[in-house]
Amino acid sequence: MRVGVVTFPGSLDDRDALRAVRLAGGTPVPLWHGTHDLEGVDALILPGGFSYGDYLRCGAIAAHSPIMSEVVSEAKKGLPILGICNGFQILVEAGLLPGGLVRNDHGDFICRDQKLRVENTGTAWTSGYELHQEIVIPLKNGEGGFIADDESLKRIEGENLVAFRYLEVNPNGSAHDIAGLRNESGRIVGLMPHPEHAVEAGFGPDTDVAMKSGTDGLAMFQSVLTQVVNA
Amino acid sequence: MAIIVVEVMPKRELLDPAGKAVLGAFHRSGIEGFHEVRIGKRFELHVDGPATESHLADARKMADDLLSNGVIEDVLDVRVEDSPA
Repeated sequence: MRVGVVTFPGSLDDRDALRAVRLAGGTPVPLWHGTHDLEGVDALILPGGFSYGDYLRCGAIAAHSPIMSEVVSEAKKGLPILGICNGFQILVEAGLLPGGLVRNDHGDFICRDQKLRVENTGTAWTSGYELHQEIVIPLKNGEGGFIADDESLKRIEGENLVAFRYLEVNPNGSAHDIAGLRNESGRIVGLMPHPEHAVEAGFGPDTDVAMKSGTDGLAMFQSVLTQVVNA
Repeated sequence: MAIIVVEVMPKRELLDPAGKAVLGAFHRSGIEGFHEVRIGKRFELHVDGPATESHLADARKMADDLLSNGVIEDVLDVRVEDSPA
């Protein structure tokens, strides 16, 4: 099962995402923003970090990069896509997920191990979780505040498009504590926190069992493998 | 030589954390007469020669497609200004 990871100028977590795919049992395929070639991958990840300096708005210029025309057309055909952090921002800017992401309400960059509740397991990327399962994965962003107008928020909640919600702490002022969304079909998911940083004991968040033993992000990368097999 | 100016502002009803941070600096500077600061963007699109209707149409299209995100921002104005040069 081949899962592509697009590297944009400024991506930081592309290698971690490729590694997460491998640890989950998939075949990672590095892709490049400047091409029009998705190399026939079965699923796609837009990784975290930055892109094109995020000069205009986070993810805005990347959403117009060459490979995104293929990403958008394949997305419409049902290609499973996961956007992490800057990748989430790119999906929003490309119009593949609703709403917008703005500077954190407190104005600071934030980096913490963040508790989330899985709000929807009917997606290509969350089927491996239990509904309402609580997970902890790292969060690190300066512009992770999710916003949308009242009508969009009503639609997002009404159509059950929230994939993940912040628990205990809302780290960036996101509306309705929204940490991640899915699209209507559930093939596309975007979230601000970083599942790829919680896939291997020794390198994840602390747990009650042991330091850095948290691997709550792994199921996201495993989910898509079963989805693609079943498709 | 002409420039087409595009002005973009965050939507009125949405939080503008950057503006809020700047307002804090006003208060710390002892300036208390303003109760809100909002930060927008001004783009200058430079044209060789006079700006035509076609330039303006392209500018309006890019203002909507790229320079602003309609979910969080409004395009306030797209207008021709004479280049100072």
